[in-house]
Amino acid sequence: MSVKEENIPENEGRRDFLKQGTLFTALALTPVSLLKAADQKADEKFAELFEKVSLRIKVNGKAHELFVEPRVTLLDLLREQLALTGTKKGCDHGQCGACTVHIDGTRVNSCLQLAVMNEGKEITTIEGLANEDVLHPMQAAFIKHDGFQCGYCTPGQIMSAVACVREGHAGSKGEIREYMSGNICRCGAYPNIVDAIEEVHKSGVQV
Amino acid sequence: MRDKSLLKEDTDRVDGFDKVTGRAKYFAEYQIPGTTYGVLVPSTITKGKITGIDSKAAERAPGVLAVVSHLNRPVVAGYETGKDQGVPNNMMKIFYTDQISFNGQPIAMVVADTYERAVYAATLVKGTYAKEAFETDFEKNLSKAKAPKNPAQASYLRGTADAYKNAAVQIEASYTLPTETHNPMELHGILANWESADKITVYAKTQGVKATQGTIASTFKLPLTNVQVNSEFVGGGFGMALRTWPLEIAAIIAAKQVNKPVKLVITRDQMFTLAGHRPYAFQKVGLGADKDGQLTGITHEAWGHTATYEDFTENVVSMSKFMYNSANVNTTYKIVPLNVGVPIWMRGPGEATGAFALESAMDEMAHSLDMDPIAFRVKNYTEEDPEKSRPYSSKNLKEAYKMGAEKIGWSKRNNKPGTNKDGNWLVGYGMSTGVFNASRGRASAKGILKSDGTLLLQSAASDIGPGTGTGMVQIAHEVLGIPVSKITFELGDSSFPTAPSQGGSATLSTVGSAVSDVCNALKAKIAEMATQSGLSASAKFVDVLKKNNLPSVEVTMESKGGEEQKKYSMYSFSIHFVQVKVNPLTGVVKVSKIVSVGDSGRIVSPKTARSQMVGGAVGGLGMALTEETVMDHRFGRYVNNNFADYHVPVHADIPEIEVVFVNKPDPYINPMGAKGMGEIALIGFSAAVANAVFNATGKRIRTLPITPDKILA
Ligand code: FES
Ligand code: FES
Repeated sequence: MSVKEENIPENEGRRDFLKQGTLFTALALTPVSLLKAADQKADEKFAELFEKVSLRIKVNGKAHELFVEPRVTLLDLLREQLALTGTKKGCDHGQCGACTVHIDGTRVNSCLQLAVMNEGKEITTIEGLANEDVLHPMQAAFIKHDGFQCGYCTPGQIMSAVACVREGHAGSKGEIREYMSGNICRCGAYPNIVDAIEEVHKSGVQV
Repeated sequence: MRDKSLLKEDTDRVDGFDKVTGRAKYFAEYQIPGTTYGVLVPSTITKGKITGIDSKAAERAPGVLAVVSHLNRPVVAGYETGKDQGVPNNMMKIFYTDQISFNGQPIAMVVADTYERAVYAATLVKGTYAKEAFETDFEKNLSKAKAPKNPAQASYLRGTADAYKNAAVQIEASYTLPTETHNPMELHGILANWESADKITVYAKTQGVKATQGTIASTFKLPLTNVQVNSEFVGGGFGMALRTWPLEIAAIIAAKQVNKPVKLVITRDQMFTLAGHRPYAFQKVGLGADKDGQLTGITHEAWGHTATYEDFTENVVSMSKFMYNSANVNTTYKIVPLNVGVPIWMRGPGEATGAFALESAMDEMAHSLDMDPIAFRVKNYTEEDPEKSRPYSSKNLKEAYKMGAEKIGWSKRNNKPGTNKDGNWLVGYGMSTGVFNASRGRASAKGILKSDGTLLLQSAASDIGPGTGTGMVQIAHEVLGIPVSKITFELGDSSFPTAPSQGGSATLSTVGSAVSDVCNALKAKIAEMATQSGLSASAKFVDVLKKNNLPSVEVTMESKGGEEQKKYSMYSFSIHFVQVKVNPLTGVVKVSKIVSVGDSGRIVSPKTARSQMVGGAVGGLGMALTEETVMDHRFGRYVNNNFADYHVPVHADIPEIEVVFVNKPDPYINPMGAKGMGEIALIGFSAAVANAVFNATGKRIRTLPITPDKILA
């Protein structure tokens, strides 16, 4: 689309322009049946064609075919559109780690990802870590060592912790602390979290 | 082997499974069909009047349902009566007038059908203002300090004022604590859904579902029963969720306006302006002692800030009145109104602010006397509360000093500062005392024993993380002997029997007593039913219910403290020990070892209690070394309003933390003999760090946080 900013009348949002402008061009290409509803709803639908893009993404093993606005973050997609609220929002700026998920096995702050960047990728969230009601060893270790209080940072800590062990960064308490420092816990459960990770690493179980 | 009635070291958190699987639902995670999204538009000026709000572009933006402001909001019944500040607790009435009192104060809320559309449309709203001169600089405005109206904050005098000035040994010092921000990990907000014109359900982030219910009911003039507040899981609070914030009312107003559920989740930077903070504080302490180290006078003066539109006060100088044996004590506390959002209690609240000053000063005095800081405190130990002239209900501090000193290796400390080295690092040891009122309030609980062998307990308590449910099921287990796994404690629902807010370290004592009383009543009821139906009085409750053909038996009762509260002074105590390493070239301070000792009666839930102490130490370390909310006085805005610039401790900052409990039941406070520990976990900690830094370097840092520039200055 070659809509130039300067063509947009003053005080009119881009969408206002779309509402008026795109109709003309879109009309020619649109089936008559759709046009019958020449009300606001139809207008919305036309606009959607320009404002949303398709996205195929796998989350916790389940394939989704979605139509999303490009500005939607992966975090907001999970929480607000897929009802996967286990992944938390603590800052929305990549500064706290509460939103940590695995993308193709790598830990990532999902608030720093636009959802559309993940076409064809596989996302694992905290909901996908346990096998039904059988806890992942890291989840069990967090309970055993009381690695949380309010629990809000916990999904992010656990996703990060699993990756930390997989990456081979859980060799010592010092190393764990360093490689877990992107995950803030305001309740201050740090020593317990480190104990949990160390135990899982030392146990040698496949995570 | 596990002794059923005593040690339960291995009792895990009852909500652990939900928390590690992501199933625990926090307020913003409830799914209500048709939910819309609210985004606040902040004022860009710090003081003045709104002259106009241009919302045309926002209203025309896609998906926008409304732009709500003082210009078009629906009637709020509680706004229309009373004086200018008529809402409960003198809370600022949001979207009420054109008045702006602080930067970031919401002038409007955009509601749209998706979050992204609301965020975008909010950028299109333009406010115009008539600016007025504002004041945000605490130190510049000290002269405008006023005495708080709250009589509990009145000046205090015992014996002679400023007696320290006549003492053989004197110290006089000033201490400064910057503004700090709670910053729980979960962002604040609310999900508001009007079920009908006069009935509302909200999912809230609150430390008190009953308090939130009350505030909403009186703001909108609704019967209490028409306001349902749900708050099962709260992602941390540390005090900031002890009140209903205007932003919550804004979402409820907006939900009324659009006639749809509205979800509001504020941003991290708004957490700095709209959801409270620990106020900036300036304190002067004068201590006088005779040559043997007996205190002869304590003078403690404190100033903290408040907002221009609401008064906030806290107990900054209280510890100086009763902690040590001194015949002469005088204290004052004043507040300085500034153009900032109003502060709110932050963990340990004023007591933590005051303890930094008093416990630093105690260390300074011990140094002047050339005494060991513990020996100096023991010298001035008191078995009787000198403020109220009555005994403490229990106090085992001498024992606690010993326990902590041994664990930290106090014997390795050299009383002469700057003499202990580890390679290039200077090593220092410091300690401090913390104390907080141990109270027992009034609470109700319901208990239902069921024929399937389970017990369900309900109370409108809240839990921000300490493990309320875990403590309650252990209390019930002790009374009834039912396995912990068969007991459920439900909270965070305003329709449950009344309980106070989770604040002031009182939940376990208050709600726990109600649970204990309810369980004892159930026990008596079952025994009575047993004998009446020809069973032995000690028959199992399942058998008694079956024999009587009953699916369940239920008791609801209220519980509160009695005369003992007038006879004894009840306090929880803590001692914090730290070892620090200071790099003399870079000024970096590393806390290398922490030992926290809790003297808070019997420990009901050892695992969660330990975590609470650990968490307090982590918070205290942030207060001591990194946390400071910085204001740009040119604009009246906080400049480090995010996690990259406001430094809370991360994994790499935290060493091994050892927690020790005296674990002796308090004979008077409540049936469990347990006292609270949420606040003492943090109170005093920052002084222990400052004292250790002095011991390592000979440098006394009296302004927090202790950053490298201050060490090198
Ligand atoms: S929410 Fe993504 S890092 Fe904080
Ligand atoms: S458990 Fe509350 S923030 Fe980590």
